[in-house]
Order: sequence, then structure tokens, then C-alpha cells
Amino acid sequence: MDISLLLQFFINGCMLGMMYALVAVGFTLFFGVLDVIVFSHGDSVMVGAFAGLTFYLLGVYAVPGLPVWASAFFVFLAGMAFVAGAGMLISRFVIMPLRAAPALNTLLATMMLGTVMREAVRLFFPDGSNPKPFPRLLPDWSWKFGDVLLRFDNLALFVAGCLLIVGVAMLINHTRLGMAIRAVAQDAEAAQIMGVNFPLIVLATFAIGSAVAAFAGLMNGLYYNEINFNLGLLLGAIGFSSAVIGGLGNVYGAILGGFVFAFLQVVGTVAMPFSSAYKDVFAFGVVIVLMAIFPTGILSERQSQRV
Amino acid sequence: MMKKSVRWPLLGGAFCLAAALSVAPVLAKDTVKVGYIGPLTGGNSAIGLGARNSADLAVKLQNADPKSKYQYELVALDDECKANIGVQVATKMAADAKIIGAATHYCSAVALGTVDIYHRFKMPVIVWGAVEPKITYGNDYPEIFRTIGTQEYQNKIAAAFMRSQGYKKFAIIHDTTDYGKAHKEFFTQFITADGAEVVGIFGVTAEQQDFTTELTKIKALNPEVLYFGGLTPLGVRIRSQMDKLGLKVQFEGTSGIKSDAYISGVGPALAEGTLSFLDGAPVEKLEGGKAFTQAYAQQGYAQPPEAMGIFAFASMKQIIGAIEKVGPSRKAIVKALQDLKEDDTLIGKVTYDKHGQNAIPLMTKYVVQDGKWTVWEDSEYASGKRSLIKVK
Repeated sequence: MDISLLLQFFINGCMLGMMYALVAVGFTLFFGVLDVIVFSHGDSVMVGAFAGLTFYLLGVYAVPGLPVWASAFFVFLAGMAFVAGAGMLISRFVIMPLRAAPALNTLLATMMLGTVMREAVRLFFPDGSNPKPFPRLLPDWSWKFGDVLLRFDNLALFVAGCLLIVGVAMLINHTRLGMAIRAVAQDAEAAQIMGVNFPLIVLATFAIGSAVAAFAGLMNGLYYNEINFNLGLLLGAIGFSSAVIGGLGNVYGAILGGFVFAFLQVVGTVAMPFSSAYKDVFAFGVVIVLMAIFPTGILSERQSQRV
Repeated sequence: MMKKSVRWPLLGGAFCLAAALSVAPVLAKDTVKVGYIGPLTGGNSAIGLGARNSADLAVKLQNADPKSKYQYELVALDDECKANIGVQVATKMAADAKIIGAATHYCSAVALGTVDIYHRFKMPVIVWGAVEPKITYGNDYPEIFRTIGTQEYQNKIAAAFMRSQGYKKFAIIHDTTDYGKAHKEFFTQFITADGAEVVGIFGVTAEQQDFTTELTKIKALNPEVLYFGGLTPLGVRIRSQMDKLGLKVQFEGTSGIKSDAYISGVGPALAEGTLSFLDGAPVEKLEGGKAFTQAYAQQGYAQPPEAMGIFAFASMKQIIGAIEKVGPSRKAIVKALQDLKEDDTLIGKVTYDKHGQNAIPLMTKYVVQDGKWTVWEDSEYASGKRSLIKVK
């Protein structure tokens, strides 16, 4: 296999890994703070993509002459804000009331909620059962190095994703809010005694995690130029697995897990002797093996700090 | 004594009522239930809802006809295009003895899983949208009929057509359901028999979002055509991602992507030049097409009939026709459908062979031109004004 082909696979894997990592970050944040698995998180990604599309269409309608970069900015801002709001509602009305109940109840409730979100988009978005084209909001520049095609939009999305992850890490590690989140993650009761406003921190965590999910959804839309109501389903399963192999509760682990999973899929398609249809079997199979080797995730052993 | 005196007048009253009913059949036609099953939710629901509406239209038109012997009621169930759900709803429908016959299934995986159930309950069904050959040819069940043709025939036509266009190197992506696998097998069989080469075959799951890895590998294999055996949602993703990766080869689909949703999903510019093959002919080319389109519009359905609406309509009409002829008995209807010879339907003449397969399939080649599926022969591609993508 020649080097340019390898490079192209690497680029594809990076894009995929970034999306998985962004989804996994949400799973890990929620688990860190509240010890819950929010299974509707994958569908938040989908809602983010659809919210972005809606705001784009509204924007085009309201301000006809809007330059493309401005509408791209607006779409990201509005889409992320919308899903952040939705995430806060979910935490307030679904997660918090179930806090005293067994974890299994939250798991089930959020699973149902995911179905509700999926079906709501399908039924209430105009012609929502069909795949929707996502507007091309980024310039169509691309560079060719031999057989490798490097697209500006891919690069921009990847860099933006990195910045977002760095931003979230900074927020958690270097701000008062972040300190409060870490405090709640370590011991919710002690944090409350020390004056941390627990409900507010939970809301903030869900806003952050959901906004990151919305970013992943918008990235998905801009990368593939196509979105559909079902896209959160597999993305949710993969994001969750990524968070688990990285070490649930550890943000860096989630990022690592996302990239590990993406590259497993690429390897499963490219380098394995069996048919590419088994790439997910291969990737999830390796995840099981990894879980057997690192029961608490790759990173969480060395860094016991949660969130 | 008291009891007896009350009973007689009651009985008399019942007789009078019965007599009144028997002389006034117009007032109270017997209600006969007929069924429809297809994907009403999920990724393929656009097709399923269009077909449901079309079957519903057949029922409504019949009920509006004063000469109709029965009043019909449509029971529509959702198989979600999932075999496990399909088996449940098929059992529910077949176990209801009041439902006499049904037009069923778009997804082959579902149809393959449910034929045994219909046979067990002796319920006549006409498959309106699933094209896997084994649905009719894999069994000897007299209850199973199919108006739409099979994948085998479709791919024979497709392979011959692609060779006539001079293509020699193909890469194949197929979904890993029975449907997608059968497309891959038949197309490979016919195209290699015609002397062409298949450079790579990639199976993908029906929920997959990312195809960049497969497409990058295909790019390296350098084919002239990418053949896709699967349904619209995947077709849209693959076509969009081909563009993203700069994979400029001819895209050839199957009946699975012949939907308006494909074009609106990838956008008209990118859809341009996509090929597909579909049973039957476009509505406007059919003899009863205009009347169908008009009646459909009158009902004000929320969704268009999509590609398979005409098959669901024709299937439902045949079931109703058989009930009108022989009465609401499952057994008699099976016989009545078997006896049909060149039955005039919306999709042309229909005769069932001994497996219940419509023996006179009609296949049409389509190409997307200016955002519309256009019959190949009528397109500017056939006239030479535009050309398909040819890689040197």
C-alpha cells in the first residue's frame, strides 16, 4: 500500500475520531458529575445537526444576503445554544428527578428519551423520515498532494474540534465553574456542604456536554453534507464505547477512546483479511478485549481524578 | 309463564329485523378487512407511507363505487423494515381471521421472514415492494404472490445495460441484508458473465454513517463504476461522501434508491447522472397513471406515492377484485389470484407463475437529469447531449 493512500486513511480516521471523541466527552462528563449514563446523548448529536439546519434555513429566510461564513458562525452558535438548552431541560426534568432511583432507571429513561427525540425529529421536521442535505457552509478549497486530497473544510472542522476540546478542558481545570464541577464529581455531598450550588452545576455540566454534542452533530453535517434522524443511534453507541475504553469519567480518556475506536474501524476495513462488513464487529470486539485488559479504561487507572 | 310471554314478541322482533336487513343490502354492506404492511417509521418510511397511501386509495376508490359488494376497511401495520418487528405484525395480521388478504412488505429481509407465517395461517398476500427472488421462488407456498419483479431480472437488465455503455471495471458496495447481498450476487454474476471485472466488493451495515474508508479503498482500486446494492438512506450517504473524497466515477444504484428522497437527499447537482433500474414504468407512462395521480392528489395525502405506490395500489386492487369475485374467503382468494390471466392492472398485465411471481415484469432504466428521475430512453444522456462519467 502506498504512502498517500495510508495518509488518506489517516485523515479519514482523524475526522471520524474527532466526532467520536466529541460525543464521548459528553458521556464522560455526565458520568463524572452524576454517575449516570445518558443514553439519549447520541440523539442530542442528531438534534444538534437538525437544529443547525433549521437555523440555517431560518437565517437564509430572514437575512437573504447573509455571507456564508456568517451563517456558518450563526449555525454553530444557535445550534449549540439550542442543544445546550435542551440538555439543561433533560437534566432538570429527566435526570434529576430520578437521582434517588436506581441507576438502571435513568438508563432506561434516557434510552426512551432518545427514541422520543428521534421520532420527534422524524415526525415533526418536514419530511423528516428522509435524509436531508446539509448546506455547504465552508469554502470548497482543497489541496492535492499526490493522491491525497486535503480539504479545507475537513481541516477547519478538525481544528475547531481540537479548540473546542481544549476549551472544555480549560474550563474544567482552570475556572471556578470547572472547580465546582470537579468538586461535585469527586463528592457531591461534600461539595454541597462547601457551598457549591449542586443543581446549578448539574445544569451547567449538561449544557456543556450537550453543546459539545451539538458541535459533533454540526460537524457530522458539514463533513458528510447529509444528516438523517437516525444518525445518533450508532454514534451514541460508539461514543459510549469510546468513553468506556478511555475510562468513564476521564475527559482525556474519552478523547483517546474516540480516536482508538475510529482507527479500529479503519483498520477493520482496510487491513483485515475478512470482508469490510465486519469492521464494526472487529472494532467492538477489540473494545471488549481492551475492557478485559483495562477494566476501568485505559486512562482512569493512572489518573484517578474524575472529569 | 311470565317468561314465555316476553320471549315470543322478542323473537318476532328479531325476525322482522333480519327480514328488513335482507331486503336493504345497500344500507348495510358487510365490512371486509384487508391489510397493508410496510415500513411506516424508520429510514425507509418515505416509501412505506407512499405505498400505504396508495393501498388506502385503492380501498377508498372501491368503497366509493356503488357497485361494490362489500365495504372495505384497511388495516395498516408498521414492520419498520426490521425482520423481528415484521414477524410480529405479520403474525398479528394473519391471526386475525377477519383480515382476508394483504399487500405486504418493502424490505426483503422482512418479507423472507414472514412468508412462513402467511402460509401457516393460509393468508393470501401480494408482496408489493420486496424484490429478493427467494420470497416467491424459495418456497412452494400458494398464498404468496408478488406484483413486483425480482432482483435477478433487474440485475440482468442492469448488467447488460452497463456493458452496452462500455463499462468494464466495477466496484460494489452492498448492504449486508439479504436484499443487498442478493443484489451483489446477481450483479456480479451477470456482469462477469458479460466479460467485465469486479475489482472490489464491500459489505456495509444498514446503519453505517461513514463510508470514507471504503471509498478511499475503492478510489485506489480505480474502477469505472461504483455499483451500490442497497436502499436510499445509504445511497445518499455514499454519493455525498464520494464527492467529498473526490471519487469521480459513475454511480449506479438499484431499485432501492429510485426515490425522490435520494435526489433531495444528495441535492440535484450531485444526483445528476445517477443510474437506477426499477420494475414497472413511470406513472405518467402507464395507461391508468393519470387517473391514479389525480385520485391520489384528491385524497390530499401528506406524502407522495414514491416509486412503489403503484405496486401497492395494484396489489390491493387485485386483492379487492378477488374478494368481489369469490367472496371474503382466504382459500378462495388464493385460487382466484392463481387463476388470473393477463389481469389488467395499473402496472400493466399481471399473470402469476406457479410460484406466485408476476411472470410479465417490466423493467425501466432511469437516470437523474436536472433533479428528476428520467427514463433513460427519454433522457439527454441517451440522445448523446450529456454523457455519463467515463474514466480513462
